[in-house]
Amino acid sequence: MSALTSLARLEAVAAGAARPLATVRHCHVSDAPLVLVPLKLAGEAAAPLAVMAGSERDDPSLLVVPQPRNRDLRFAFAADLAKLVLNHIETSHGAVEELPPAKDGEERIRYGDAPQFLVPNRGGVAFLRLMGRSTRFRSTEGPYAVDPTVPVLGRWLTWFADRHDHPGSSLLGAMTELLRLHWATGQSSLEDGNLAALMGWIAPPDGLDGPAAAARAEDPVICPPAGPATDPTFDNEVLAPAVAAYDRSGPGSRAEERLRAALAGQLTPTWDLMWQAADLLRALPEGASVPGRWERDRDAFTYYHQTFGEAYPQARRDPPVRAARRLHDLERAQDAYDAQRAFDDPLVMAEHRLAGQAFGGVVTECDPTRLDETGKRPKLRPHLRVETQDPVRLDPGATVCNAARPALKGRIMEIEDGTVLLELTGGMGRKLTPEPGAVPQPGDRVCFTSLTDGSFGAAKFPDREDTPWTHGGPPEEYVPTGEDAKEDWS
Amino acid sequence: MTDTAPDLDRLRGAAPPRNHDARTIAALTSNPGCARRGVMDAAGVDKDAVAQELGFPAPFGQSQFAITRGNAFEAQVKADGCAELLTLLRDGLGLDVPEVAYDDLELVAGNEGRELRHSRTRRLLARALETGEGTLFDHPLLRLEIAGRPAYLEPDVIAFQLAGRLHVIEIKSFAVVDGQAEPEQVAAAARQSAVYVLALRRLVTELGHDPGRVSHEVFLVCPENFSNRPSATPLDVRPQLAVLERQLTRLTRVDAILAELPGDLTFEPGEALGASVRAVEARYAPECMAGCEMALFCRDEARACGETGALGRSVRDDLGGVDTIGTALALADASLTPSDDLAETAAQLQAAARLRAEALQGVA
Amino acid sequence: MTEHATRHLAPVQADELNPSEAAARVVDDVLADLGGGHRGVVVDSPPGAGKSTLVVRAAAHLAAAGERLMIVAQTNEQVDDLIERIAGRHPGITLGRLSASGYVPSERVLAYPAVRVAQKAGDLAEHTVVIATAAKWATLSEGSWPWAIVDEAYQMRSDMLLRIAGRFERALFVGDPGQLDPFSTVEVERWAGLTWDPMRSAVSVLLAHNPGLPVHRLPVSWRLPASAAPVVSEAFYPFTGFRAGTGPGDRRLEYGARGMGTTYDRALEEAAATGWALYELPARHTLRTDAEAVRATAALAVRLLQRGPVAHSELGSRPVDAARIAIGAAHRDQVTAIRAALGPHGDGITVDTANRLQGREYDATVVLHPLSGRRDATAFHLESGRLCVLASRHRHACVVVARAGIPELLDAHPSAEPVHLGVPVKFPDGWEANQSVLAHLAGHRVPGD
Repeated sequence: MSALTSLARLEAVAAGAARPLATVRHCHVSDAPLVLVPLKLAGEAAAPLAVMAGSERDDPSLLVVPQPRNRDLRFAFAADLAKLVLNHIETSHGAVEELPPAKDGEERIRYGDAPQFLVPNRGGVAFLRLMGRSTRFRSTEGPYAVDPTVPVLGRWLTWFADRHDHPGSSLLGAMTELLRLHWATGQSSLEDGNLAALMGWIAPPDGLDGPAAAARAEDPVICPPAGPATDPTFDNEVLAPAVAAYDRSGPGSRAEERLRAALAGQLTPTWDLMWQAADLLRALPEGASVPGRWERDRDAFTYYHQTFGEAYPQARRDPPVRAARRLHDLERAQDAYDAQRAFDDPLVMAEHRLAGQAFGGVVTECDPTRLDETGKRPKLRPHLRVETQDPVRLDPGATVCNAARPALKGRIMEIEDGTVLLELTGGMGRKLTPEPGAVPQPGDRVCFTSLTDGSFGAAKFPDREDTPWTHGGPPEEYVPTGEDAKEDWS
Repeated sequence: MTDTAPDLDRLRGAAPPRNHDARTIAALTSNPGCARRGVMDAAGVDKDAVAQELGFPAPFGQSQFAITRGNAFEAQVKADGCAELLTLLRDGLGLDVPEVAYDDLELVAGNEGRELRHSRTRRLLARALETGEGTLFDHPLLRLEIAGRPAYLEPDVIAFQLAGRLHVIEIKSFAVVDGQAEPEQVAAAARQSAVYVLALRRLVTELGHDPGRVSHEVFLVCPENFSNRPSATPLDVRPQLAVLERQLTRLTRVDAILAELPGDLTFEPGEALGASVRAVEARYAPECMAGCEMALFCRDEARACGETGALGRSVRDDLGGVDTIGTALALADASLTPSDDLAETAAQLQAAARLRAEALQGVA
Repeated sequence: MTEHATRHLAPVQADELNPSEAAARVVDDVLADLGGGHRGVVVDSPPGAGKSTLVVRAAAHLAAAGERLMIVAQTNEQVDDLIERIAGRHPGITLGRLSASGYVPSERVLAYPAVRVAQKAGDLAEHTVVIATAAKWATLSEGSWPWAIVDEAYQMRSDMLLRIAGRFERALFVGDPGQLDPFSTVEVERWAGLTWDPMRSAVSVLLAHNPGLPVHRLPVSWRLPASAAPVVSEAFYPFTGFRAGTGPGDRRLEYGARGMGTTYDRALEEAAATGWALYELPARHTLRTDAEAVRATAALAVRLLQRGPVAHSELGSRPVDAARIAIGAAHRDQVTAIRAALGPHGDGITVDTANRLQGREYDATVVLHPLSGRRDATAFHLESGRLCVLASRHRHACVVVARAGIPELLDAHPSAEPVHLGVPVKFPDGWEANQSVLAHLAGHRVPGD
């Protein structure tokens, strides 16, 4: 949060409608994402109750566990969900693109597209993660055999949930998070966790303003929760009797139909909101670095898809080297994502300007051919004076780059009374005169920032078998056991 | 202490004081800056009933599925004289639990009176502390002084004696998956356990023993992974204990708040209830929604007053002390000339407004 | 801060010894343990307890025993510090500095031409002691040293230790457990509770996997004066504790110029007389770059310098110049604002965040209290390590600038921190530590205007 975001919230209160926090879209939105709206049984870690899923707005599939405490029904549900999810994965990755070989000569390929999963909220992500955990170790043979697709589903769900932790990844999106990245509402972030209330501020139903729509959204009778937790009143008054009736009547009964209808009634409003929200996001122009990040997502997907057959299910917890490596990856991704969003979007850059780590204004003086001749060889070091109203909080000597063209680098020489004197140090070509158009001219509007686009390089880590004694030495290789396969799921 | 008691009784009107349990006591630490909550809790006001009466019923319903699951799990752990629990303590945690005696302190022949049950708890624990006899004491009925009056604690833990020290065992039905559980749920369990530890320590002190004989390490018993099988995890509740002790001493400051209130204030149902509640200042933050029965009322009030805090603590923080949305917006568009106090905040808000407008120019 | 209270430390029965003897005994024990066949030895060092001196002694000790040795520091500045100390004190030791390609040797290093600076470890193979930052060491994928000394080990994240631990067989880990914990720019809970959580400190992970390693504690702060050691010890090291190496009368701060009776002067006089002053501005909720507080912080430092302070101590008497004065704050924007407010009269005064002031020492400090002007505290502002760093940089006096109302803020602070299973409890609690320091400062209050 910053004063800028906070001001946007205040403006939203005054306007009775959400206010933009972004001028471009910072996430990828697929043409046909797999929307998943899961519900779980109250009181259980990850006992599925129902899911509404599909990649077409008009054609949702409803999967239900009519007696959520029945283990066989749960695995039947998992197998159905697996078919749906795996089918989506296999049909949405597009064609294989051949890439130039890697440095070590290895062949590289990338799928032209990748599946995208969308769930309503962070709880949905957590549910998929646990669902993945509870199914990926299952055995497809022996006394506790499950459908062969079940452990495959578990591994994919786990993979997508892990990918959600990756800053800037769009493979698994929580809709409330995606919306909050682009709009500020007149309610707190806690209330923004309610998809219907959040959408109420951004795109209220006809005849309502933001606050009225949000208030309506908090009534679980009108707007059932977006899951995975259900409304306790629904549980007590509708679900419990319906499950009891199913218990008495069995599969294929009208009782089962009534149960499905009741759950459909809970899920459909959220389903509709998900597609409406996806439309809102699509309507925003795409940020310049979004395709690049989606390409990284496709790379990650391609790698996992290609190596799926050789790999074991993901371990319960990351062993030491894996954990350190993953943290490093996440931190690099976070750095790059933060910077890219600012370079893509003047409204995000405005946050940095307000914080004094960037400044924008008009060039008042320019000496584009100035040379620094103190060293052995002269160097091209143009001077630029920028007039700015921004509260600059950079120290002299700080390195900055041009927001519009990050290759153009400079150093702060002095800051006084609303002007900043910059010495440009790079990004103007190799000669002693700058390339045409490289140096801003007087009258140009410019923005310079201390953010850097290039993230730090990838680090070296020991191999797993070289895990040092400080970290307990090499961990035992994980091999699935029968113990895993028969783990209770009650 | 005694000075405030009559006033507190009057506040509650004719209603009997609401019983505290570990949950409500633990909740005292979650928004200690709120005078409204402080006064209502100290007086034992039934906040749920008040909120209902005011038309803002607390949204804390519980699903029967969750309740059933919780009860079934607890019954399973405790079945056959806590057989599963003992296996867990011995094999799971490797504790050397020699001989076992299980005493259920809930069962008092023919009389369920709380005083009687409490004295039975005292008696058995006194003997245990002196002789080392007894291992598991289920449903101990404990007492803790809250704002000068004794509160009985609803017994849903087990006191476990090991090597001369008592540990609290708390049974919860949220899952521990691969050693991890929902941090908020663990925190809530830790806060509640701390209440029991504190009450046990007070009791042990009364009995003339070192309060250190009640361990700050409690055992959390939860279902493992996705099963019904219990697992036990040690949990150090020292931080929660420290907070709790602090806030319990602080409850006595309720006198200072009461001194500022009109003499005839009461939270009895009736037309004046809303005005009475409003007479005591609240400190609403969205986090209140997670635990206070009054939250929806207070949120409504905060929104009606245009409080910046209704948007979250961090929003108010970003605004550097401007309390109302109207003032902040007026400072931002320079329609209000700031006092010296607010000059800096105004400058920041104006800069923010200018930057937003500049960035959005091309879009709108 | 780390989970210290739960760990068993070697018992210290040194109180009857004088400070020098007590400290010397611990150092002797540490050196003895280096020959004791342990894979690792940990030394906890409270602020100013002679950590660097110990590192130099241990390096010389190992070098004398014919061992090749790598030294790991966290920043280039710390590397240069250690080079200066080792090269200055033990010119006989061949010393190499391993650096990244962009590194320009500082004057401090250039002052010792015998110190070889190289980018490749192979170029330093003949050197007895090779020293580099952890980040540089982590770029090596081969080579092995029989011994390592890891300095500021509590400020190093365990993932960094993982990357460099393959380079050494045995190691001495030295650091201050009371300072700021390492942090990450990402918030992920997936490793919480693991003994190898990459976000935990190197020492914490080391000890979790090697619980039998000897842990020593330096018992005497040579930096903090008698007025400060008990305050800092009680608030931030409640279970281990340490004492001052000097007595109450051993240090004096005097001003060459008389004051003019302003509130600044009164605060400076209080600080000179007692070692502490709380310059208290009227209660108000403010932005974090509270102009009034920033102005007061800068003005106090400038006024201090202008009054010609002279420090009398066991090191003799010397004037306190700008280089011996520091200003500390919690946030970078506060630092920038204070720098801007200092003006030319404050040239040479260090202004930095707590993170960057770690491990540094000054004669006098001015601190902008992290909770000043806030309506609500956050975990960041309550982190006990932050206040610990800020309150323990001085040899003579510390002036804290704060708005009134912090005790009320602490009282109203909701405690609803999430709890992760298996994560050791942190001590001291930031709330308690803050209360403890404020309670002491209350006795040194000078109302500002």
